[in-house]
Amino acid sequence: MTNPIIQIRQLQKRFAANGADIVALQDADLDLASGEFVTLVGASGCGKSTLLRIVGGLEPASGGSVNVDGLPIAGPGIDRAMVFQHYSLYPWLSVTENIKFCRQLKVHRDVSTLSDVESAEGRADALIRLMGLSHVADAYPNQLSGGMQQRVAIARALMARPRILLMDEPFGALDAQTREVMHDLILHVSILEKTTVLFVTHDVEEAIYLAHRVVLMAPRPGRIAAVHTVPLPDHRDQDMKQTPDFIALKKQILAGIRDTSGMQTDYELLERLGQVPAP
Amino acid sequence: MTGNVNPRRPLWAIRGSLERRAHWLIAMSGLLSALLAWWWVSAGGAIDPVFLPTPPLVLDSAWAWLRDGDLLGDVAISVYRVVAGFLLSAVLALPLGVLVGTYAPVKALFEPLTDFIRYMPAAAFIPLVMLWVGIDEGAKIAIIFIGTFFQMLLMIAEDVRRVPMEQIEAAQTMGADRDEIVMRVIMPSAKPAILDTLRVTMGWAWTYLVVAELVAANSGLGFAVLKAQRFLQTDKIFAGIILIGLFGLATDQCFRWAHRRSFPWLYRR
Repeated sequence: MTNPIIQIRQLQKRFAANGADIVALQDADLDLASGEFVTLVGASGCGKSTLLRIVGGLEPASGGSVNVDGLPIAGPGIDRAMVFQHYSLYPWLSVTENIKFCRQLKVHRDVSTLSDVESAEGRADALIRLMGLSHVADAYPNQLSGGMQQRVAIARALMARPRILLMDEPFGALDAQTREVMHDLILHVSILEKTTVLFVTHDVEEAIYLAHRVVLMAPRPGRIAAVHTVPLPDHRDQDMKQTPDFIALKKQILAGIRDTSGMQTDYELLERLGQVPAP
Repeated sequence: MTGNVNPRRPLWAIRGSLERRAHWLIAMSGLLSALLAWWWVSAGGAIDPVFLPTPPLVLDSAWAWLRDGDLLGDVAISVYRVVAGFLLSAVLALPLGVLVGTYAPVKALFEPLTDFIRYMPAAAFIPLVMLWVGIDEGAKIAIIFIGTFFQMLLMIAEDVRRVPMEQIEAAQTMGADRDEIVMRVIMPSAKPAILDTLRVTMGWAWTYLVVAELVAANSGLGFAVLKAQRFLQTDKIFAGIILIGLFGLATDQCFRWAHRRSFPWLYRR
C-alpha cells in the first residue's frame, strides 16, 4: 500500500495476570489507506479492542509501532477520535453542548479567529442536521434513546475533523433495526467526511456490510488471523446482504471465528449423554 | 376474562413506585402512628412521665424553653458549630478528595491513613482536643470536623472514581489535557454525587453536635439536652432531641432541593 495513513508494525501487548504472562496481542501488522473502512472481528480475547485502544493512544503497546502519517503516535491525539459503546456522553451538557465540547479545549481554541468560530458553529449545526438530531438539539443525553445517544457521540467525535475515527463496538447495545439505520448513517458520513475508520465489532454481518476490508483476529495469543477484502461496491445498501458473495464471506468468517475460539462443543460427550435412558 | 387494563399501579409490585398522593398518605400515616403510639403509651399512666413524657408535656417544655430560656440562642450557636465544622471539613475534603480519586500517588499517600483515622471514635478525641485547641468554640468545631472530615474525604474520592472511564477517554481523544479533564469532565460529572455526599455527611455533623457540646459548653441544643439530663427534665431532653432531628431533616431537604435545582438534567426523562 502506498502512503498508508495508519501503519501498524509488529504490535505487541503483554500483561501479567495472576502470575501468568498473557499475550493480548502478538506481532500484529496492518496498514490502513486514507478513507478506508476496516472492521476488526474475532472471538473474545482476540485483542481487537486492545489493538483499537493502542491506536487511539489510550493504552501503551509492549512492543512494535503504530505510525500515523509516518509519525509514531504518542498518546491520544485530535487526529484520532474515539466512539465508545456507551457512557461516554456528558449527561450535564445538552446535545448541542456535547457536540461542541471540543471547542472548550485549548487545542481547539488556539487558532480561533472570528471566521474559525463561525465555521465551527456552522459545522456543529451541519453535524446536528446530518445526524438527524435537530429536534433534540437542546435535550439532555439521558432523555434520548440508545441509538440517538450514539448519533450524538459520533457527531461529537467528528466535530474536530479527525482524520481517523476509532469505534469500539459503537452499536453493540442497540437493537437490530436501529443498528441498520446507524450502519447506513455511518457509511454515508465516512464517505462524506473522507474519514478513515477502524471499527471493532462482534457482529460479522455488520463487519462485512460496513467495511472495505474485514480483519479476522484470533485469541490465545491475540493476533491477526486473516484479512478479507469485501467484494462489494463502495455504496452499500441493505439488499447486498442477500447476495451470494456476501453470504459466502459471512460463512467463511464465521467458520474462522469458530475454529479459533477454542470453545468446541464436545460432541462425543453429547452423544454419550444421549445414550442415557430417560428416567 | 376480557382484556382488563388496570389503570392503578399495583401497590406491592417489586421495586414498584407509588402515586404521589399515595406516597404522602403512607408517609404521613407512618409519622402520625409513631406520634400516636408515643402519646398512647405515655398518656396511659402506666409509665412515669420522668421516663416517658407525653407529647403535650414536651411541647410545653419547648414553649417554656423558647419563652423563658434561650432556645433561639441555643439553636443559633448549635447551627453555627455544625455549619462551621461541616464547612471546614468540606473545604479541605473537596480538593483533597478529587485528588485522591484522580491520582494514584495521592491516593496511596492519603487513603490508608484516612482509613485508619476514620475508625478512631471522634468522642475519644475530646481530651486531646481540649488539650490542643482549648475549650472555646474551636474545640466544638474541631470535634465535628474530626467526626466528618475523614468519612467525607473517602466518600468524595469514591464519587470521583465513579466517573465513567469512557467520559474521560472521550475527552482525551478530543485533545483535553490533564487539567481540562479534571475541570471539565471529572468535576462536573462527579458534582451530583458529591452534593449527595455532603448531604449525608451534614447529617453526621448534626449527630456529632451533642458529642462536641460535651466539651465545656454552656450553650447549644446538645448542651441543653445534657443539662436537662442532669436535672432529670425528660420532657426537655425530648424537646432537644426532636429539635435536632427537625433541623437535620430541614437541612437534608435543603440539600435535596439544591440537588434538583443544580442538576436539572438528572431529573428529566
